[in-house]
Amino acid sequence: MSQEYNFAYLDEQTKRMIRRAILKGLAIPGYQVPFASREMPMPYGWGTGGVQVTAACLTPADTLKVIDQGADDTTNAVSIRKFFERTAGVATTESTRDATVIQTRHRIPEEPLTEDQILVYQVPIPEPLRFLEPRETETRVMHALEDYGLMHVKLYEDIARNGEIATAYAYPVKVEERYVMDPSPIPKFDNPRLESAAIQLFGAGREQRIYALPPYTQVVSLDFEDHPFNPSKADHPCALCGADHTYLDEVITDDQGGRMFVCSDTDYCSRRQADGHRGDMAPPVLEALS
Amino acid sequence: MTPLLTVRDLSKTYGGRIGCADVSFDLYPGEVLGIVGESGSGKSTLLNCLAGQLVPDGGQVVFDTRADGPRDTLIMSEPERRMLARTDWAFVHQNARDGLRMGVSAGGNVGERLMAVGARNYGDIRSAAIDWLGRVEITEDRVDDRPTAFSGGMQQRLQIARNLVTGPRLVFMDEPTGGLDVSVQARLLDLLRGLVRDMGLSAIIVTHDLAVVRLLADRLMVMKSGQVIEQGLTDQVLDDPQAPYTQLLVSSVLQV
Amino acid sequence: MYVAVKGGEKAIDNAHSWLAEERRGDVAVPDLTVDQIREQMALAVHRVMAEGSLYDPDLAALAIKQARGDLIEAIFLIRAYRTTLPRLGHSRPIETDDMACDRRISATFKDLPGGQVLGPTFDYTHRLLDFKLAAEGEALADTAPIAPVDQAPMPRVTEFLNRDGLIQTEQASDATPPDMTRAPMAYPAGRPLRLQALSRGDEGFLLGMAYSSQRGYARNHPFVGELRIGKVPVSMEIPELGFDIEIGEITVTECETVNQFAGSKTEPAQFTRGYGLVFGQTERKAISMALVDRALRWQELGEDNVGAPAQDEEFVISHSDNIQATGFLEHIKLPHYVDFQSELELVRRMRLAAGADEVKEAAE
Repeated sequence: MSQEYNFAYLDEQTKRMIRRAILKGLAIPGYQVPFASREMPMPYGWGTGGVQVTAACLTPADTLKVIDQGADDTTNAVSIRKFFERTAGVATTESTRDATVIQTRHRIPEEPLTEDQILVYQVPIPEPLRFLEPRETETRVMHALEDYGLMHVKLYEDIARNGEIATAYAYPVKVEERYVMDPSPIPKFDNPRLESAAIQLFGAGREQRIYALPPYTQVVSLDFEDHPFNPSKADHPCALCGADHTYLDEVITDDQGGRMFVCSDTDYCSRRQADGHRGDMAPPVLEALS
Repeated sequence: MTPLLTVRDLSKTYGGRIGCADVSFDLYPGEVLGIVGESGSGKSTLLNCLAGQLVPDGGQVVFDTRADGPRDTLIMSEPERRMLARTDWAFVHQNARDGLRMGVSAGGNVGERLMAVGARNYGDIRSAAIDWLGRVEITEDRVDDRPTAFSGGMQQRLQIARNLVTGPRLVFMDEPTGGLDVSVQARLLDLLRGLVRDMGLSAIIVTHDLAVVRLLADRLMVMKSGQVIEQGLTDQVLDDPQAPYTQLLVSSVLQV
Repeated sequence: MYVAVKGGEKAIDNAHSWLAEERRGDVAVPDLTVDQIREQMALAVHRVMAEGSLYDPDLAALAIKQARGDLIEAIFLIRAYRTTLPRLGHSRPIETDDMACDRRISATFKDLPGGQVLGPTFDYTHRLLDFKLAAEGEALADTAPIAPVDQAPMPRVTEFLNRDGLIQTEQASDATPPDMTRAPMAYPAGRPLRLQALSRGDEGFLLGMAYSSQRGYARNHPFVGELRIGKVPVSMEIPELGFDIEIGEITVTECETVNQFAGSKTEPAQFTRGYGLVFGQTERKAISMALVDRALRWQELGEDNVGAPAQDEEFVISHSDNIQATGFLEHIKLPHYVDFQSELELVRRMRLAAGADEVKEAAE
């Protein structure tokens, strides 16, 4: 089946076109580079941008990890990982450390990334100004002229209405004091880790945009001096590995209001458990090690 | 003294039709210039050309910038012109809806210009907004309401506050009292006169209402068919009009 | 004790097998063949080709079978297949003047050279369910001729008007048009890109847009100047040979509308045009396209923008593609629990801050 398609599905011409867009994006951090997004065999909004960027980055020697909501086992992550197993035949892994390319939706892995890694984000709406100004023609001018007053008006309105900045995910950032960028719908808890040793690439297929953060790029979350950015999360430790510094999913355990909190990054959590860390509701040690 | 604004030979045509032709004048700091004429006389075209909202066919609009002294705004780069538009200039539209963000609270509307020029302290921005709402007679408890909940006169006052909050040096006004009830107009005019005097604002006001210029303008330009047909001190032009058209204009008002 | 939910991979495999079973339906009923779909569901095949932007009736029929009759899903299959095809070159522009018409009508002239040819249309059928079709072994009625034998030349209706200067002249151009599948869309897009986007846009969306223009949101008083459906040859220049050769034949639907006249003191009144061209027999779509094209030309024709959706190029183009739209719409089925969790935390904290006492009292 796989030999009917080129390596990683896309033809070489298309991959070159995407690589040019990626290089341009890396040269102008945070700037949205238009690219001629192709139709992919998965629906728009399900990661076509990320898949195209990953396809353009992969080499046969790469090891790919795909996560969605932090987990390797969510259906869309499984589906995308299978797609590349089939069309590129690359090795895949669930281990953040062992991966050379990681495609993600909605999370940054807990484990700090290295200079040898590429993190590819799936982006639904690349334009941070979109919900303030629906017109592409206008927002491009606003970016060009650094006309970002409106962005702060949104934050002002949040505080005026709710007492705090009511943006919990896709929290806008300013890159190298120039472009305002949408970090994709990651929880704001992840924003500090946008400053990373890895190359970070953002692909929006339907909206035909690619943007990028080169290693060690300065990324500042927008805020006010007297209402500073606060990367908060649920105030609990993980019930499985006991971590108190990770982003947690809330799991409903019964219909009596019972709930527990567990790491959303499944690889990180199981690694900690293997290292002997235990939370309140962790399985007994022997079982976990077997 | 250097004029704040020096306009030379400004012209704009629409196809074969004249919008405004060869307009020249100087505006000095602290001075208010009224431009009057009937609909289609070219006064709005002229105002839009001056404020950078229309591109004229020819001429110069030289503004005395804070940083670099006199500069022709028509050959400035777009970023420079936008920066000017949100710092030293202000534009009050006839229809407040055109000049406000209707989906944003009154406080956010006033704060936008401050944030656009780098204000990043929520408390300071909010205090400035409340202070300015007070100056245009909008009470503090309305600061989080949207303009959609305001009356026409309040919307217009909010638009004025939003424009003046950054302390602009030149305000363009397009029929600022148009479309308002007579009693509301009087209150707004009163407010505008106070602000202009207190802040030492320079302003260019386009209107067809001679009562507005009588109250606000130091000098007057009368336009007809795109041409300036008479200009001078306001009282002088209104009390002793020279051009037949101005005489007609003045007498028609007096008859009302 | 809690073990985190696993099994995404297995769930997907199971869903796929179930889907395959459901697609086949009751095995006591004979399997539907691709040939049957191509021949008997021809209009569905045409829509899939048009919006999939790939002219291949067999593949379109296969896609419809695989998609269980969900046409947008079938269009999606075709688009995903199309994207993998190498681009060897491009054809010469097709010449619809020389179309072998199955249908050709004009609403603006009672009769005209070449005549009115109704062709295989639903137009004058009574919409009564024909229960004879439910009976098996349907026999073809042998009453009517299938196609006119020697077709008389069918000159273009708009050319009659053009010759007398009564309709606005389209500027001819030999420029290579941009290709929306090879370059990112940028606005203003301009008419060539606009027409491409409309031609592969969703039939329902364009129908709604066109209908809104008829109902007064940017009215442009359209008449169907001419609608023609038929086969046209496709030819291509082969560089090695140095001349054109015919590589096949496609069915297309073309609609030219004659719209309200524009004019001023300086320019005499003239009718204006809208244009639609779509793969296959797809006349609802072609007429819609012509109306929307016309509405989008307001600037070029010196009309006012009345703020109608159909006048807004960026709005129309960025929302007309059903594959983009359906993908984004349906992606909200994907897990969003990380985002939801962060909002949940925020709402809890804000509720806590704003009147914890009140909540407590209410609970008691």
